[in-house]
This record gives sequence, structure tokens and C-alpha cells, in this order.
Amino acid sequence: MIVLWTDGLIYFLVVAAAVLAVYMSRQAHMRRPLHKIAASPVAMASLTLLLCFVMIGLADSVHFKDGDSRGNEAISLLDVACTTMRKHTEKTYSAPFSTHLYAKETIALDDGTTRWDYPRLQYGGAYLQNPEAEWAGDVFKKTLSAFSKGAGLLLMILLLAWGDKHEQRRRLSRSRSAIAVWVVMFVMVSGCYTLFSLSAYYHVLGTDKVGEDVFYQALKSIRTGLVIGSLTTMVMLPMAIVFGIMAGFFKGWVDDVIQFVYTTLNSIPSVLLIAASILMVQVYMSNHAEDFNNLLVRADMRLLFLCLILGVTSWTGLCRLLRAETLKLREMEYVLAAQALGVKPAMILFRHILPNVMHIVLISVVLDFSSLVLAEAVLSYINIGVDPTTHSWGNMINSARLEMAREPIVWWSLAAAFVFMFALVLAANLFADSVRDAFDPRRANV
Amino acid sequence: MITYIIRRFLYALPLLMAVNVLTFVLFFVVNSPDDMARMQLGQKHVTEQAIQNWKHQHGYDLPLLWNDEQQGSKCLSETIFYQKSVNLFLFDFGISDSGRNIGTDIRQRMWPSLALALPSLIVGLLVNITLALLMVLFRNTYVELSSSVLCVMLMSVSSLFYIIGGQFVVGKVLMLVPISGYDYGWSAIKFLILPVLISVVAGIGSGARWYRTLFLEEVEKDYVRTARAKGLTETQVLFKHVLKNAMIPILTGVVVVLPLLFMGSLIMESFFSIPGLGSYTIDAINRQDFAIVRSMVFLGSALYIAGLLLTDISYTLVDPRVRLS
Repeated sequence: MIVLWTDGLIYFLVVAAAVLAVYMSRQAHMRRPLHKIAASPVAMASLTLLLCFVMIGLADSVHFKDGDSRGNEAISLLDVACTTMRKHTEKTYSAPFSTHLYAKETIALDDGTTRWDYPRLQYGGAYLQNPEAEWAGDVFKKTLSAFSKGAGLLLMILLLAWGDKHEQRRRLSRSRSAIAVWVVMFVMVSGCYTLFSLSAYYHVLGTDKVGEDVFYQALKSIRTGLVIGSLTTMVMLPMAIVFGIMAGFFKGWVDDVIQFVYTTLNSIPSVLLIAASILMVQVYMSNHAEDFNNLLVRADMRLLFLCLILGVTSWTGLCRLLRAETLKLREMEYVLAAQALGVKPAMILFRHILPNVMHIVLISVVLDFSSLVLAEAVLSYINIGVDPTTHSWGNMINSARLEMAREPIVWWSLAAAFVFMFALVLAANLFADSVRDAFDPRRANV
Repeated sequence: MITYIIRRFLYALPLLMAVNVLTFVLFFVVNSPDDMARMQLGQKHVTEQAIQNWKHQHGYDLPLLWNDEQQGSKCLSETIFYQKSVNLFLFDFGISDSGRNIGTDIRQRMWPSLALALPSLIVGLLVNITLALLMVLFRNTYVELSSSVLCVMLMSVSSLFYIIGGQFVVGKVLMLVPISGYDYGWSAIKFLILPVLISVVAGIGSGARWYRTLFLEEVEKDYVRTARAKGLTETQVLFKHVLKNAMIPILTGVVVVLPLLFMGSLIMESFFSIPGLGSYTIDAINRQDFAIVRSMVFLGSALYIAGLLLTDISYTLVDPRVRLS
């Protein structure tokens, strides 16, 4: 097993999130907002969708050495699950579910003559004898059978839940939010199952310029999106919390210095700061090429650097919010009481201030997630995002946008990136909204 | 007032200085000029002589901070820090790595950027405020619910898709306007319609939502209740009272971005090949032209700080409750 830097940080993040979840569910004052989230069907549906993405991303974060290849290429669990998709590479573009290549070329016939036509794909529907006649029926049959298998699997689980005799669990599994969760689960499981089993026979989302399966690319991109959205937050949280609380609590010169630092950082246009830093990283990497000989390690380091830099540019907003809140909190009676009793400032910060600003931290973490995923696409477009060899939606869009000028147009890469990104960002946005509604004390009674 | 402005101005100076030092550290200390020369000249088969030549040509062959070989004040002035960073204060950007005068380029490319950014800002503001007001007017109805769902969906689409989709539908399928390009003078309009339209549409989701929360905050205040109690209709209350009071945060939010309009929009300009500062920056990033990126970082920060200054001043002008202190 190989643990990349981002992998390790992701494991850490998962553990941290689990600990936080357990801690929060034990706190009495956290129960009301948590119940409010659990009671909202929209929040639970989007959370389910997010968790599905997280599962795929986690499966893509467990790397080990490829047994087949002689080189030191590392593959992940997701790669193993998608082995057929990964190995079924065509020559160049092909449309979704097509049996022929996108471009015409000369084909050598059996009798020695040549013909100028669309060649058959190497894998997509290769077993069909007469594609024109059999294609529609075959696609329909395969889709139906795969879908019924996936749907049947979930219906069975549903039946089990339905037949549950335990009264409390019964009520729980029939609330409105539980129904929303079931619906999303049904769509996701049966949809994923269908697409996965179909991609053994066809390229369900077509292939790209070098013949790689677009569905596989889109699946691999999930990890990149999640890493950027979550690791960046992890980078910026310590800075924002420590500086924000200190500036608000100690005032005086500490406040002045911290304010000066974040105004300076804020005043540099973030895209330019990122560009400058990425340029510097590139120079550094090309001068220390021997440390980054593995393609995956190199791409991984660049992803990590990007997260670091994004974190450095984005902590200022949260820091300002925390400073303002701490300024308010330090005048509260319980803080004054603690001071009067001679509690040390560090203890006051840790015991009294920090727990009371946590809701702001939580809200801003979920709110930032979606904007970071969107930012990745834009940064990759300007070539200052992730490494060009990393699978990411930004890179997919970037390589596909010039193909819009072709006739007939190559739309499938863009469409795949659009659908996946939209699903992730929409789920994140909806979930963020309900988290904000639940945790914001100003909206508590609404 | 004057003393206040002067004080704010003096406060901006150390900020600019810090930005300057930061960019210097980023560009010269993390990687030595030798590294940059290698990058520019290609990685392999670069002789030491070629690197020296490149450094001499671009003025990178001086010591970083302190020149021992010179006398007196030249100890400080004959260094990379002085030559490359201090001159930025005087808005003397020097020469780019490819040999062009950056200052002239910026002055030339500022106007197309502005021609795109200013209409986008104004039209976007009008559209967003109108939509937000309508949403507040129909609050607690299905109109509001469906429009806020629509806003979240619009927000969730990457801006790249708006651009690609807009170019494809309006430019390629309907052939109403040219897909990309630019022209000087009044003929620029036909090139600018599409980018302005797209940036307005792309901003509706987050913009309308943001203004809606601003208006909703105002709607719950006491003076609105009084106005309703007087017997004013809901539209009168909204447009006369709420809009006027909500203008303060809206205005200050706009003022802070005003100077940055000169910088242009990176993606818009490069997608529509408008020769503004945004595409200039992107080109520089792609060509790895450090001098241009450095100047743009400094220019951007200077404009942002100017924006902060303007915001402070506009606050005091608009909001009578704010006193100068």
C-alpha cells in the first residue's frame, strides 16, 4: 500500500470529522440544530448525495502498487473497480454508446481493398455482429437488466427496513427526510449500478481525444474536487481560528498586527497570488526533478500545494468573522466571571470562547466547500490549477472546450463534467444552506 | 475630513510596502534568478554563459539586497530589490521578460478591460437588485420558494459553463454576435454584448440571493413596520424605504470593487479574446513571464487598497451615523 500525502491527510480528515460528529452529538446545545438538519428532507437528501461522492472519493484514496505493471505506477481501489473502463481505451473520440469511432479513416478490408469510413470501436459494442440492426435493442436490453438488478438490490433493503418491527426505528425510517434519503439512495445505487455494468460493453459517456473513457475520468475527478474542497479548509482553519480569536480577545497590538497581516494578504488578488505561487512551485519542481520522479507523486504534490495556497488566500474571511464574534463574546458575563476568578487567558480562550464560535466555523466550512470546487475548474482553465495529468473536472472542461468548434460537436466530455460538478456543488450548496439555517442563532426561531 | 483621508492614506502605505516585500520574497527568494533563467531558456543544455547573459539582459545579475561592490547609497540602489520592487511604488513597472514596456502595455490594455467590466457591473447590479426586490415582494409565496431554488441551481453551475454555453448558443447556433474578438471605438459594442450578458447571467444566482438577504434584514426593522402602519402599500414600503436604507451596504460593496474593474476579468477576457489586462495576465502566466505577473500583483493590491480607502470615505459620506474617528 502506498500512502500519498493527500491520502494521509484525507484519512486524518475523515477521523477528525468522525470525532467531531460524535462530540457534537453528545453536546446538549448542539442537539437542536442537528435535529433540525435531520428533519429537513432537502438537507438529508443532499447529505446522502454528498456521502455517495465521499465514498467514491475515499475508494480513490486507497493506493497500492499495481501488480500487473512493472513500473512503479500506483493504482487505487476505484481503479480496480473500474478496470474494464480503464483498460478499454479507443483510438480517439467516440460518442456515448456508439459502436463506431468519431472520425473517418481508411479501413483495410479482407479482400485487400480499402474503404473510407467510420471504423468500429475496439471495445464499445465490439461483440455486435451487425451494429445498425442490433444496437438499439442491445442497449435497451442491457440497460433494463442492469437497472433492474440495481433497483432490485435496493428494493430488497427497503423491504427489510419496511418490515422492521422495532417501533422507534419504524417511525424513523418513515419520516419525510428518511423518504428523501431512500429516494436519493435508490437513484444513486441503481444509476451507478447501471452505468458500471453498462460500461463493460459500451462507453456510456463516450471517449475523449486519446480514447479514454469519459465516465472513468469523471469518476476519478471526484477525488480531486473533494480534496480541494476539504483539505483547503483544513489548511485555513487553524490559521483563521487562532488568529481570529487572538485578535478579538487580546485587542491592542496583537489585533493590529493580525489585522495588518490579513489586510495585506487580502489585498493581493487571490488568482494572481495563486498563479505566482504555482509558478514558483513549478520552478522548484523542475529544479529538483529527482525528488518528483513518479508522475503520481508529482501530481499529488502539486495538488497539495494548490490546497495550501488556496488555504493561505482564503483564511482571511473567516478570520475577520471570528474576530468580530470574539470581540462581542469577551464582554459577556461568563467571560468576565472567568477573568474575575483568575482563570488564565489561554484557558478562557479554549474553554469559553472557542466552543461559542464553533458554529461560525462550521457554517463557513460548508459554505466554502462548493466555491472551492468551482474555483478548481477556473484555476485549471488558467493552467494554474491541478497538474494537467491529474483527472479533474477543470482539466476535462479545459481539454473539451476547443472541441465545441468541431462538426459534429464533441459534447460529451463537457456534459459529463457539467453533470458531475453540478450534482456535487448543488448538493453542497443545499446542505450548506440548511446547516446555516440550523446553526445560525439569528435564524434559530425561524 | 481631510485629516481623516490623509490618515487612511498613510495607513495604506505600510500595506503596500508589505505587499511589495511579499512579492519580492515570492519571486526572488524562493527561487533564485538562476532558476528562473533556466526555466526561461529551457531546462536542458543551458550553458552557464547563457544564464549569465539572460540575467544581465533582464537586470537579475545584481545582489538581492545589498551590493558590496558599490559605494555609498549605491549599495542599496544597485540591487534587485531596489531595481525591481521599489520602482513599483512609482508605478514604473519596467520591462517584461520578453522585452516590452509593461507600463505602456497596461495603459493600453486598461480600456478594453474597463469597457467590459463596467457595463457588466452596472447591468448586473440593476438586474440583481430588481430580482431581489421582486423576491422580497413575493416573500412567503411559491414565487419566492421557486426563485430561491432557481438561484441555488444557478449558483451551482461553474462560470466556465455559462461562457461555453453562451458562446455556443448565441454565437454559434444563433449567430447573433461574433463569438470572440475585439475592435476599438464604437464597433466594440457588438463584441461586448455577449460577454456582458454572460457575466450578468452568471452572477444572478449569488447576487440576487445576497441582495435578498440584505433586503430581508431591513424588512424586519421597526421603521418598516411604522411605514406599513401609516398605510403605505407594500410596494411603496419596499421601493421608498427598504431600498433606500439597503443602498448603504450595496453602495459600499460596489465601491470596493470599483478600482479593481481596471484589472479586468481573467476568464472572460481570455475566452472572448478581449485585449484587456485580464488576458494580459493570463498570457503572462502561461508564458511564465515573471516581471508581468509581479507588476500585476502589485497593481492589483494597490487598486484593492484604493478600493478600501474609497469604501471608508463613501461610508462617511452616505451614512450619517458613521462619525470620523
